Amino acid sequence: MQNVVSSDTLVCDAPNDMKKTESWTANLKYLVVGMLFGIVFVKAEIISWFRIQEMFRLQSFHMYGVIGSAVVVGLVSVWLIRRFNIKTLAGETVEFHPKTFNKGQIFGGLLFGLGWAITGACPGPLFAQIGSGYVAVIITLLSAVAGTWVYGYLREKLPH
Amino acid sequence: MEFIDLIRRPWPWYVAGPLIGLTVPTLLLIGNKSFGISSSLRHICAACLPANIPFFHYNWKKEIWNLFFVTGVLLGGFLATRFLENPDAFQLSAATIADLKALGIHDFSGLMPADLFDTANLFTLKGLVFFVFGGFLVGFGTRWAGGCTSGHAIMGLSNLQWPSLVATCCFMVGGFAMTHLILPQLMKLF
Repeated sequence: MQNVVSSDTLVCDAPNDMKKTESWTANLKYLVVGMLFGIVFVKAEIISWFRIQEMFRLQSFHMYGVIGSAVVVGLVSVWLIRRFNIKTLAGETVEFHPKTFNKGQIFGGLLFGLGWAITGACPGPLFAQIGSGYVAVIITLLSAVAGTWVYGYLREKLPH
Repeated sequence: MEFIDLIRRPWPWYVAGPLIGLTVPTLLLIGNKSFGISSSLRHICAACLPANIPFFHYNWKKEIWNLFFVTGVLLGGFLATRFLENPDAFQLSAATIADLKALGIHDFSGLMPADLFDTANLFTLKGLVFFVFGGFLVGFGTRWAGGCTSGHAIMGLSNLQWPSLVATCCFMVGGFAMTHLILPQLMKLF
């Protein structure tokens, strides 16, 4: 039960690598991107518990098509950014983060999978479900925040 | 008015998937941000209740863009439901309907089953399982795994990270196990 927490694992998994600091108004562009993303979530019915059931019962191709084509577009975009060294709007080099393997990806991944099939939502759709008027999902979100907190609390005792 | 009718219908995977994939370069290019949604839950902990936990002591204000992003997702959900609502009935595969009927689900009219996710169920055993227990697993599991469907399955795979592939496979294994092995037992409780 050693689990020395190295400092690099404490950095965020979806980090902000922009060197300049951004104002509150500059952050509004992420709100707009999120909004478009949320609209896609609802219109493609990804937020539906039923669609997630269809996926895990192998009774529809829809979710596999969504995730698969999203990955392909993501792959090509990342390749293009690297290949042509495309800079950000602020003129910075785009930063990528190699993920280091740890057992959490297995144990945590399995636990998240269990939760995904119960709630019919990964974290993104939770927000979109609430926006869509499923107000009871606020409890699911609060519980997910609690789960994150408890993970942080138990972190040193868990295998990684 | 034809365009508006078209976008009000459910979007096929080959429209939605690429749009979701484009989120990756969009965030990278407008602000050098790696796509990942579950981190927002950690920032909420860091901002509201960091206690003495080192995992929650970092400069979350630098990551505030992520909270703007998820607020946008919430607003997008509202806009799409309020202004672009599907005029037709929700379509679900007949096999899924049959399977879920056998588990005791009867309402197939909305995106979410009213049998499970109605506010009236909040303070019942159903609510405890589907809201509290399910949500807890999502938060605890994603953080332990270091990401969710966005951070691992989409951003991680786009960047050819094999640990993300391991995580994605485990997400799927967990989901299959819940759907086929545990959910049928859970549904007997109600």
